[in-house]
Formats: sequence, structure tokens, C-alpha cells
Amino acid sequence: MSQNAWPLWEVFIRSQHGLAHKHVGSLHAPDAEMAVNNARDVYTRRNEGLSIWVVRAADIVASSPDDKQPLFEPANSKVYRHPTFFPMPDEIKHM
Amino acid sequence: MDQTLFQYSLRMGDTTLILSHRLSEWTGHGPELEEDLAMTNVALDLLGQARMWLTLAGELEGASRDEDQLAYLRDAPQYRNYLLVERDNGHYGHTIARQFLFDAWHYLLLQGLCTSTNEHVAAIAEKSIKEVSYHARRSSDILVRLGDGTAESHARMQDAVNDAWRFCGELFIDDDITLALEGQGVVPAHASLWQPWLNHVALTLAEATLTMPDPDAAVHPAHTGGVYGRHTEALGYLLAEMQHLQRSYPGASW
Repeated sequence: MSQNAWPLWEVFIRSQHGLAHKHVGSLHAPDAEMAVNNARDVYTRRNEGLSIWVVRAADIVASSPDDKQPLFEPANSKVYRHPTFFPMPDEIKHM
Repeated sequence: MDQTLFQYSLRMGDTTLILSHRLSEWTGHGPELEEDLAMTNVALDLLGQARMWLTLAGELEGASRDEDQLAYLRDAPQYRNYLLVERDNGHYGHTIARQFLFDAWHYLLLQGLCTSTNEHVAAIAEKSIKEVSYHARRSSDILVRLGDGTAESHARMQDAVNDAWRFCGELFIDDDITLALEGQGVVPAHASLWQPWLNHVALTLAEATLTMPDPDAAVHPAHTGGVYGRHTEALGYLLAEMQHLQRSYPGASW
């Protein structure tokens, strides 16, 4: 089976009580409709999701690992940007 | 005991069980990873349905046979499944043709069973139809893709549909069992499913650019009798494999 005919799709699922779609994995499928069907079979058997998004992997633009420093370093070096200096009331847990 | 409903539950239980077993034979051999998983899912759905029907059959029979005894300790002549589902898997096209033709019937039947006057039957149908509507969607989907695919996939798919066709008529035959149950509002007349099934099949085959075989050719006396225990040679081999463990180690459990 030529993988050109079955391109890679990334699957995002919003679960029963989820607020947002989460990336759950990828799969191969010849077209979008079948990708949704396959996603249902591969990724939603045990907790039925409410919504499935499939996106051709080729359509996703990711940040490059080489850009890590210019993209994320500046924020890390400026501690005043991080909300870690506020005393939290005890009643509020796990913030 | 309600002999007619016992027989009918056996027919449904055996039909779903045998098809489930056939589909499970694909596990690890599917043409694609995703297909492999999907096929196994459908097999498990059908196995769950088989368990419900066979449990009901066991209760109705009142001879303290449970689902396991019904599944593993009967020989082919005691099996009441429709012939279509015991056919060998063949190539993937054969499996999809068998599945598509069966799913379309199964869905229509369950629709009727959902309004059964028997609460057990209605409950089983209610649960099953959610799964089967998906099975039907999937098998039509793949049938269309394979029929409307390459020249070779088209030819193979056409051949597979033609090959399975003569086993479809049996699904729509009414006998004293179905007629008696229809009289009590427990099941729909199987004959009433024929036209809607034919319409659906005609539409889907057209979309798949396939030619629908002659409707009259769907019923042939030589290809009926599964519900009376008259099976094709395929079932004996299937049962030998399926029942091997239970027959060799009676009462084995883990």
C-alpha cells in the first residue's frame, strides 16, 4: 500500500467533559471522512469523545526546535513576567 | 417456555456470533493498521450483541444452558445463523461485500426490533442499533471507495458482491417462527425489510459504480436453511476452531 495514497493525519479529540480538543495521535487515511472514521475506531473506543478534528499532518506548521531560544528564552529570563510572586490565599488550592 | 422467541434469539445470537468470529480472523491481517483496529472493533460489537441474544435464549429455554454452553457446545446442525455470515472471509473485498449487505439488513431489522412488545428484545435492539448504524456507515463507505477505486479494486468488489448476493435472500424469508412473533408485535416481518434494503443497496452500489445483481437471484433454495441448521461446509471448520479450547478442556476458565 503506497503511503502517498494514505497520507498522515493528526487527530484532535474533545472528550465528554473536555473543554478543548487535545492532540491524541495520528493515523493514515486516504481522505478526511475516512480519517474521522478511523479516528473514532483508533482513539475513542473507551471514552466516547464528543468531537473529532482531523488535520492533514502536511498542513500543520510547527515551530522549529532551532527557534527555541529566540522564541522562549526571553520570557524565562524575565522573572517578573511569571506570576510566582503573588501570595495565594490558603483556600485556593493547586494554583 | 416461549419456543418461538427462543428460536429467534438463537438465530440472532448465532448470526452475530459467527460474523463476529469471521471478522476476528482478520485481526493482525487487515490491509492497514486502521482497518485492522476498526474490523476488530466491529467484531467486538457483534460479540457483545451475540452474548445478549444467547443469554436471552438460554433464559427462555429454561434448560440452564448459559451463553457459553450455547456458543461452545453445539455443533453445526444446531446452529441457527444465516448462511451469509458463515462464508469465508476471502479477500478484503469479499469481507466488505458480506459486511455491507449484512449491515444494511441488520440495521433495518434492529429498527423494527426497537419497538418490540418484548422488553428484552427491545432493550437488546436499542443497545445494538447504536453500534450497527456505525457498522453500516463504515461498510458502505469502504464499499464505495473500493468499487469506485482502481480498475482492479472495482472488478474485485463487483465480483465479491455477485458472490455474496445469492445468500442475501434468506435474510428476508418469513417462516412460522417470524410470523408468529410478528403476530405478537415482537419482531417485524422479515419480508417487510426487503424493499428498503434493496433501495439502500441499489443507491450505495450505484455510488460505488457497481452493478446491482438481479434481485430475483438473491433467493435460491440451495442457499437457504441456515436457520434450520442446514449450513455450508464453511461452518464446520469455523466451529472446530472456535470451540476447540472449550471442547478440549471442558469448563476451562481464566
